Amino acid sequence: MAAVQETIDQVKSIDVTEYKYGFVTELEVEKPAKGLTEDTVRYISARKNEPEWMLEWRLDAFRRWKTMTEPAWSRVQYPPIDYQDLYYYAAPKKGASPKSLDEVDPAILETYKKLGIPLSEQEILAGVAPENRVAVDAVFDSVSVVTTFKKELAQAGVIFCSISEAIQEHPELVKKYLATVVPVTDNYFATLNSAVFTDGSFVYIPKGVRCPMELSTYFRINEQNTGQFERTLIIAEEGSYVSYLEGCTAPKRDENQLHAAVVELIALDDAEIKYSTVQNWFPGDAEGKGGIYNFVTKRGDCRGKRSKISWTQVETGSAITWKYPSCILRGDGSRGEFYSIAVSNGAQQVDSGTKMIHLGKNTTSKIIAKGIAAGKSDSTYRGMVSAHRKATGARNFTNCDSLLIGDQCGAHTIPYIEAKTATAIFEHEATTSKIGEDQMFYCQQRGLSEEEAVALIVNGFVKEVLQQLPMEFAVEAQKLITISLEGSVG
Amino acid sequence: MSVITPLKTAAEQALSAQFAAAKAELPGALTVRKLREDAFAGFEAKGLPHRRLETWRYTDLRSLLREAAPLAGAAAVTTGVHGRLAALKLDGARLVLIDGVFVPELSTLEGLPEGLEVHSLADALVSGREDIARVLSGPGVASDDSGLMLNTALMRDGVFIEIAAGIELAQPVAIVSLASGDAERAIFHRSVVLAGEGVKATIVEISEGAGRAASQINGAIVFETGDESDVQHVRLVTRHVPETVQVQSLLATVGAQAKFESFALVCNAGTLRQQYFVRYAGEHTEIGLRGVNLLGGTEHSDVTLVMDHEVPNGTSREMFKSIIGGEGTGVFQGKVIVRQHAQKTDGSMKSNALLLNDGATMFNKPELEIFADDVVCGHGATVAQIDGEQLFYLMARGLPRAQAEALVLQAFAGEAVEFVQDEALRDLVMAEVEAWLGAREASSVVSAV
Repeated sequence: MAAVQETIDQVKSIDVTEYKYGFVTELEVEKPAKGLTEDTVRYISARKNEPEWMLEWRLDAFRRWKTMTEPAWSRVQYPPIDYQDLYYYAAPKKGASPKSLDEVDPAILETYKKLGIPLSEQEILAGVAPENRVAVDAVFDSVSVVTTFKKELAQAGVIFCSISEAIQEHPELVKKYLATVVPVTDNYFATLNSAVFTDGSFVYIPKGVRCPMELSTYFRINEQNTGQFERTLIIAEEGSYVSYLEGCTAPKRDENQLHAAVVELIALDDAEIKYSTVQNWFPGDAEGKGGIYNFVTKRGDCRGKRSKISWTQVETGSAITWKYPSCILRGDGSRGEFYSIAVSNGAQQVDSGTKMIHLGKNTTSKIIAKGIAAGKSDSTYRGMVSAHRKATGARNFTNCDSLLIGDQCGAHTIPYIEAKTATAIFEHEATTSKIGEDQMFYCQQRGLSEEEAVALIVNGFVKEVLQQLPMEFAVEAQKLITISLEGSVG
Repeated sequence: MSVITPLKTAAEQALSAQFAAAKAELPGALTVRKLREDAFAGFEAKGLPHRRLETWRYTDLRSLLREAAPLAGAAAVTTGVHGRLAALKLDGARLVLIDGVFVPELSTLEGLPEGLEVHSLADALVSGREDIARVLSGPGVASDDSGLMLNTALMRDGVFIEIAAGIELAQPVAIVSLASGDAERAIFHRSVVLAGEGVKATIVEISEGAGRAASQINGAIVFETGDESDVQHVRLVTRHVPETVQVQSLLATVGAQAKFESFALVCNAGTLRQQYFVRYAGEHTEIGLRGVNLLGGTEHSDVTLVMDHEVPNGTSREMFKSIIGGEGTGVFQGKVIVRQHAQKTDGSMKSNALLLNDGATMFNKPELEIFADDVVCGHGATVAQIDGEQLFYLMARGLPRAQAEALVLQAFAGEAVEFVQDEALRDLVMAEVEAWLGAREASSVVSAV
């Protein structure tokens, strides 16, 4: 299992508190002038060679965005963002839409190698059992540089490509599904994304197909002053299954960078989508200087009967996280799951959670959210579970726990539980506590150092969520948690 | 979200006119007048609470109050009032408010135990007491609420109770507040309970309708209790005309090593918002807020509470049980704040709701806001229907379905009622619960399990 071993080795090499993905790749890039006007939108659309309807769609979103104001209800604080002081597009000069890996700028390949993301199919193939392979779409700043295993996936009928490519090659699918889960005007950042999104992944799993391998997208922000606006669309036709992983990193920089993504999932009858995220954007330094603003709209629509969408996320990075992966349980008997670990340290602020909207009959949902706050960070769980009048037999179980390490941090829980049908059964429980002294004593008495003991207890605390991650990510995530917490004891 | 400055509704305009007309005759010394002016200015800036305000998201007072009823000016002592007072079986001192105005003639003011002093709020407001502004303001977390601001601006009367340090009252003191009128009236009253160090007392607050007309009631009760005191508050809100709209605020500042408990039973109360603002002023204090909401018809009951753990070693327990039938709506919004220095806080908040039929709705929002790391805080919220297995068990033993349901519901409510310490009061509360369940059983509305 070379791929897994590689991940383990990679994680092992990042054994210190420092953010190890913080290096910068020196590249020649092309970008438009700073700022956001209709011309920027036209520029992006032209660069992507998009059809007229797409440009119109973007411009419409842009005009709507101009009439909107930034939301202020979340429990995070940051200085006002100057949207005119950002680059909205940055593409490596060499390497945009390459035909093969040979055309990709070696510096980019080197970057991914450093990050431990295998981009060469041969490399991955060596000694890997077919079911353990992972197809990767690598997004570098505003463009997708490479998507692996496309041919093999195509044999199974699976479409896995960048969204720009999908707009060119499968416009009927994009037209049919884009913005049907997250409407253009859903919220301020989603509208902004609709106007200026640059790249992201597109996945289409045809009827009855079980995707032969894990799909994965790796996002990397490299350029300075650049916002990354990615758009992901995953469609699982009747009876299909797909597991999708997402990873992200960025260089260490002094200024804050904006990442405003939109992810839409659509599951039709009996389909299942498993979406896992290991979010490791640059969190800024201990004083809160720099770091990524991660303002993301993620939503899944269980449109079909007995469909299932499962979100798993491990959040350790970003200066500010603002995201609520949600499930609309529209199909009768559909199921939504949300497993989350949010680890915050330094001056990080996390306002995250989920929404489970029960519309169909006999729909079920489960929420397991664990928040760990250390340093001077603030972690908020904000979630909603609602059952519509016609959602008879709706069932939800929510468990959100917070762990505080140190007395400078905060943990907050804001759940909304709304039942409009008598047959709904909703259970919610939450606790906040500190690591028990007896637990620490027990571990230390057996020879563990204080930090090791904390890591062990924390890992036990988050195990429920880690178990949901695909194997490869679980190892990485487990390690990430220890890293994020190092130095927080005492 | 854009800043919304909505047009003033008819009710808001009417309230402004009412305040302008009434402010000269509303009781109060200079400090109080200033307090009223400030509160009203605050209210005017915010308007009636509406659903875009997070704390009022499920109770939109702006749309509920289409028109502001004329202010109740004087007590109308009707036969209905006499009837209700005669029917009330309560031991101990009884202080009667009719339409928000204290009526000494109907109250038992003679033979009050030593150390217990009772005045009308109106007297206290004009007395020029130095601490009046502080007492009326209550905990800081209450300062932002426009429902309470309106009460401060327009409160006409109420009772002002002072219990001297060290006094233990053997019997409860009851504040009976009746809305008497046959025409719609707006009633603004506030009562204050100042309990010194080591006081042990039980305060009962009864809000009932004794007339045919619906009222708009905005009531408040302020507690300031000293160190090592043990004060229990029991509230009954019942027998109101279904169209009644009520806001009842409770403000409490509790001293060190003290105990404060509040229990509220709500049945036949129309539309009611109960809000609690509680502050821990000293360490090692235990506070419990509990309640039972029995809803049917189109009734609406909102319980919103803010527990402010400002100091270490505080314990808080909240437990609210809702039984909702008809087209009723229950709301629970609890917020426990644990400030940075409030280490060793032990908090537990629970809201359980049973929905009896389709059409019933429950909104739960149990919120924790925690800045201290050495705390144990938990909250739980459930919404469900009557457990089929429990029903089966009882029905298998020969009970008819309606009776089996009543028994299960009674036990469900009982879990909160049992915290009422005074036995006679507990029986009184349980009798009201049984009467409500009995009425439901008689109309043989059986839930669609």
